[in-house]
Amino acid sequence: MLNTLKTVFTLIAVLGLLSGCSSSKKKQEAAPAAAPVVETPVSQGINVDALKAAADAAGNVFYFEFDSFVLTEQTRAALLAHAEYLKAAPRSLRLEGHADERGSREYNMALGEKRAAAVKDFLASQGVSSAVEVVSFGEEQPAEKGHAEGSWSKNRRVELK
Amino acid sequence: MRLVIAVFLSWITLSAHALLTVEITKGSAKPTPIAVVPFGNTNGLPEDIQQIVSADLDRSGLFQTIPKGEMLSQPTTQKEVYFRDWQRLKVSYVVIGSMSTSPDGRYALHFELYDVLSSRQVFSGNTVGQASQLRDIAHAVSDAVFEKITGIPGIFSTKMVYVEDLGYAGPGRYRLVFADIDGARERVLQASKLPILSPVWSHRGDKIAYVSFETTRPAIYIMDLATGRKTQMTNFPGLNGAPAFSPDDTRLAMCLSKDGNPEIYVMNIATRQLQRVTDHFGIDHEPSFSADGRSVLFTSSRGGSPQIYQVDLASGRPERVTFDGEYNARPRITPDGKSIVMVHRDKGIFHIASQDLKTGDMRILTETLLDESPSVAPNGAMLLYATQQQGKGVLGAVSMDAGVKFTMPSRQGDVREPAWSPFLK
Repeated sequence: MLNTLKTVFTLIAVLGLLSGCSSSKKKQEAAPAAAPVVETPVSQGINVDALKAAADAAGNVFYFEFDSFVLTEQTRAALLAHAEYLKAAPRSLRLEGHADERGSREYNMALGEKRAAAVKDFLASQGVSSAVEVVSFGEEQPAEKGHAEGSWSKNRRVELK
Repeated sequence: MRLVIAVFLSWITLSAHALLTVEITKGSAKPTPIAVVPFGNTNGLPEDIQQIVSADLDRSGLFQTIPKGEMLSQPTTQKEVYFRDWQRLKVSYVVIGSMSTSPDGRYALHFELYDVLSSRQVFSGNTVGQASQLRDIAHAVSDAVFEKITGIPGIFSTKMVYVEDLGYAGPGRYRLVFADIDGARERVLQASKLPILSPVWSHRGDKIAYVSFETTRPAIYIMDLATGRKTQMTNFPGLNGAPAFSPDDTRLAMCLSKDGNPEIYVMNIATRQLQRVTDHFGIDHEPSFSADGRSVLFTSSRGGSPQIYQVDLASGRPERVTFDGEYNARPRITPDGKSIVMVHRDKGIFHIASQDLKTGDMRILTETLLDESPSVAPNGAMLLYATQQQGKGVLGAVSMDAGVKFTMPSRQGDVREPAWSPFLK
């Protein structure tokens, strides 16, 4: 539920940025009740801080189904926010892929890498040209230690760093 | 017949208390009753030879030793053996012996095996070692007794390596541990704050290949056990995983993703030359050489779910090997080359299973929840694997007919990825 809300907010933020960059000043004037606005750096008409806020709101951990490296709808939406920010403010990235503890340890190492590679490919397809390092930790560094789906679903992940 | 086993171990172990203990969870339906009589002149030694031999035989699941207190007599020489005493106790075999020390400080144990039913001596032998090798002397007795009675070489003198995760973030969290197969005399070969995994033995038993993240990225290393020297074998971008020695120890199969995807490669260890073996957009991983060294078994997701395939190294043509179940991974070949053991998922539960390569018949050997990393004993009679007990990683062992099972809980961290040594000369 929380994730869904986050995604919705992210989408609103991204859409708002895409459609409303040029008109944001006017809106602020028309809304006298709005809080004072701090001027933010604008590069080529894009508000980088707002893009950063949207990327931050999208989170930097992306989750996967068991034995799958397919990006979920949620993840794709979140990565769109990151892609916009990375295009405006390029930096080198490290994508760390992880798996849950089930199944073979070495195979999970490959699964973690396929997950991180799927994120890398998606970012590239959105025009992100940053240098990306992909590292898989397989099931070696779980985010949660439990031995049931509640933990496993948190451990099947890619962390963007 | 006389058997002299000279044991030359250059390393002295660091701790006297085993990190792993053994709990037998399932024994043979009809274990053979055997008496291991306390050996003469062993009082006051730092190791209890009788207890070590008894524990070895009990752990095999094929024997049941009788407690010292039940013995009607405790012979140490042939003329003290009264078969009636042992017949009354319904014991099938009796092991006796006596220790002597030589002027150069070496220990020599003379031991004898008796068949109670036929009232005759089956075997007598000697085993020799230094004061630091009393456990080796005991395991040599166990090996000889086991082989004389069952016809199968004993594995009590073999070793294992495994990975231990102490579970905290910090230096020395992950440890590559070397130990006797009964868990005793463990020694840390390598410690790192970043993951260590996939240890495997060379077939000569002189080297260990493994993966370490110590540079923050995975790389394959080979450690020479006699010197402790390690050599970094790979440093490719992406995966550097799952090393496996060829039967002649000249080549190393591995998984690399340097060309964009997890694929199987074979490296010539001397020249570092690489041969790419697979080419598929799915995951190809976890290679293991066939017994003749001409082909490599591996896990692949090319069919949609992980299954085991075998690829001929000359033709490069892969063939699917497993068809039962939705998940079969990490193959290891048995010493006779006729079967594989693997991780097998059935109804969402991960078991260890074996499959006859000729008939394709699969057999599930373990019934716990998260079993992985099977490693077969050099006599082909048992395998070690990793499983969980009360949420903690432990090692388990099971006989290849699934009749005997035991676990080796750890006193410290999570233990996993056991690799059973070959017979060591």
